[in-house]
Amino acid sequence: MHFDLTPEEVMIRDAVRDFAEGVVAPNASKRDETGEVPFAIMQQMGSLGFFGIPFAEEWGGSGANTMSYALAVEEIGRVDASLGLGFAAHVSLGCSPLYYFGSDAQKRQFLEQAIKGVYLAAFGLTEPEAGSDAGGTQTKALREGEHYRLNGTKIFITNAGHAGYIVATARTDPASRKISSFIVPHDTAGVSVRCDYTKMGMRSSETCEIHFDDVVIPAEYRLGAEDKGFHQFLDILDGGRISIGALSVGVAEASLQASLAYANQRRQFGKALNEFQAIQFKLADMAMEVELARTMVHKAAWLKDRHRPYAKEAAMAKLYASEVAMRASSEAVQIHGGAGYMNDFPVERYMRDAKLLVIGEGTSEIQRMVIARYLLQEQNS
Amino acid sequence: MKILVMVKQVPDTATRIRVGGDGASIASDGIKWVINPYDEFAIEEALQIRERLHGEVVVVSVGPQRVEEAIRQTLAMGVDRGVHVKTDVALDSYQAAAALAAVARQETFDLILTGKQAVDDDAAQVGPLMSVLLEVPQVTVVLKLSINPDTQRLIAERELEGAIEVVELPYPAVITAQRGLNEPRYPTLPNIMKAKKKEIRVELLESLGIDVVPKVRITALTEPPARPVAKILTGDPLEAAEQLVNLLHHEAKVL
Ligand SMILES: Cc1cc2nc3c(=O)[nH]c(=O)nc-3n(C[C@H](O)[C@H](O)[C@H](O)COP(=O)(O)OP(=O)(O)OC[C@H]3O[C@@H](n4cnc5c(N)ncnc54)[C@H](O)[C@@H]3O)c2cc1C
Repeated sequence: MHFDLTPEEVMIRDAVRDFAEGVVAPNASKRDETGEVPFAIMQQMGSLGFFGIPFAEEWGGSGANTMSYALAVEEIGRVDASLGLGFAAHVSLGCSPLYYFGSDAQKRQFLEQAIKGVYLAAFGLTEPEAGSDAGGTQTKALREGEHYRLNGTKIFITNAGHAGYIVATARTDPASRKISSFIVPHDTAGVSVRCDYTKMGMRSSETCEIHFDDVVIPAEYRLGAEDKGFHQFLDILDGGRISIGALSVGVAEASLQASLAYANQRRQFGKALNEFQAIQFKLADMAMEVELARTMVHKAAWLKDRHRPYAKEAAMAKLYASEVAMRASSEAVQIHGGAGYMNDFPVERYMRDAKLLVIGEGTSEIQRMVIARYLLQEQNS
Repeated sequence: MKILVMVKQVPDTATRIRVGGDGASIASDGIKWVINPYDEFAIEEALQIRERLHGEVVVVSVGPQRVEEAIRQTLAMGVDRGVHVKTDVALDSYQAAAALAAVARQETFDLILTGKQAVDDDAAQVGPLMSVLLEVPQVTVVLKLSINPDTQRLIAERELEGAIEVVELPYPAVITAQRGLNEPRYPTLPNIMKAKKKEIRVELLESLGIDVVPKVRITALTEPPARPVAKILTGDPLEAAEQLVNLLHHEAKVL
């Protein structure tokens, strides 16, 4: 056992870090204020191969692995969590379903362009009546010969405004709870997308409501077999949790770095803040938790890269890292005092962004349920 | 078109440099090493030339084991292969130029590109010395380069104080790059993955027949004097401005 990254993983992390600091960081705070979605930056990320990190070269991927992908999401998230969320949602939720469950024809038609960054990809699971209980999908896809007719509403969908396609879950039989998933090209008649939520944080990530109003798509756009949608999205969410964990580590690391810098520079009672033990203890706890969270995210990524079961570890990584991001960003504001409450410093943004991490892709409560389910399964087997 | 790019690995400019125990070199522990920023312009230019005229771009770097990492980074940017002249000895500019020139003779070349200077010792000698050793023309501090493969000639714009000089010359030649020549690209991730499969040929310095006795020896290295603590003027803007003018006149003596 060892904890070293491979030389390629180090190079990928450093390359993404350079890009994050050079291109992403400069206007991150401004975008948080205006809510502008940096699509041009996302396209540049696509052309540099960021979106293809965990995918094979055969489909235009970069041929790296989940570990490298986690490192990349952390680096982007460290300077701009909103972009980190857009990145993670595009790759883990938008591209992965096609990569893992799509036919060659579907990959050729849709996935390659999403990996290149020609357009983004969105994952439409959540509905007004189906949130944590995502199996409660009400959207219907009724078979009509060689087509399906979709009707329903999806809410809180990341990247949908710039998405070339939406992977949407729907029920093919109104009488049963069985779910299937479909690739819905954004320009299909009857698809309407509105991205005008006003959000607390993650303000420059794109979040949209989607209406399917008699949307007719060819049967070839179904992803995998009929009724497999439930298992597919559980799998997709397992992978997505690693990326939300990595994003959380990024936010927590940024909170720690900002706190170290401020505590070194700010003086009260004739001393730098970092000379007070109360502040030192906060910094020590933050550093320890960031390290533990990162280690857990890397372990889950490592398991996935070895094709070993990783779902429990991914839930632990997501749960722990997101809660660390909450604590670290809140302590960062505390260490900055009143200044931290103002948007002259980025820490209040970190704190607002962190709250999404304990909600999106499964709330903390749902992660605990998932972990407990595995524990009980292991006990009974 | 075969282009050699000579690259030096230097301490990151953001790293705090401390003098080493011998008083004549820097302490190397804790240093983050990067590619000399001016060499990055040379790499980018070579890659752009290859995109237009085809051919091969080979990076050559002299130094200890850690230099391999810098070469790998250039391979990730798209360079075809690398040559690592391995040595643990710190070389002076002449020795470095001689080692690089020896590799250039082995490899043969149409163009040699390198940075106008390395940001560690700022000597700006290696480019010009190579041109002398290889008996080819050189242009330094280049801001713009165009190549005519039919006539085998180059047109280069060089930066002078307050002027741009345009020169024309035949190649093979040595070109040293100035900031502004281009905008170095970010490595693409597929190229990073491919970099590990590309060749880095290792050449031991001893096998190149270079004189290991330096012509220039660093006798001492000292840190710049510590900066005095900053004075912060607060209060009424008018009074603060008066105080500031006073300080600039009498303390800083810059007015
Ligand atoms: C910015 C943002 C981006 C998003 N992007 C996407 C996207 O791209 N695609 C997508 O499909 N969805 C997306 N979502 C939706 C997100 O996944 C859901 O909001 C989340 O899963 C929670 O569902 P809900 O909002 O319906 O909350 P609810 O399910 O209504 O939960 C409310 C509260 O009840 C708790 N709760 C629910 N059930 C239980 C239970 N059984 N036991 C204990 N507690 C429970 C929850 O933990 C939570 O605290 C996004 C959301 C946001 C805010």
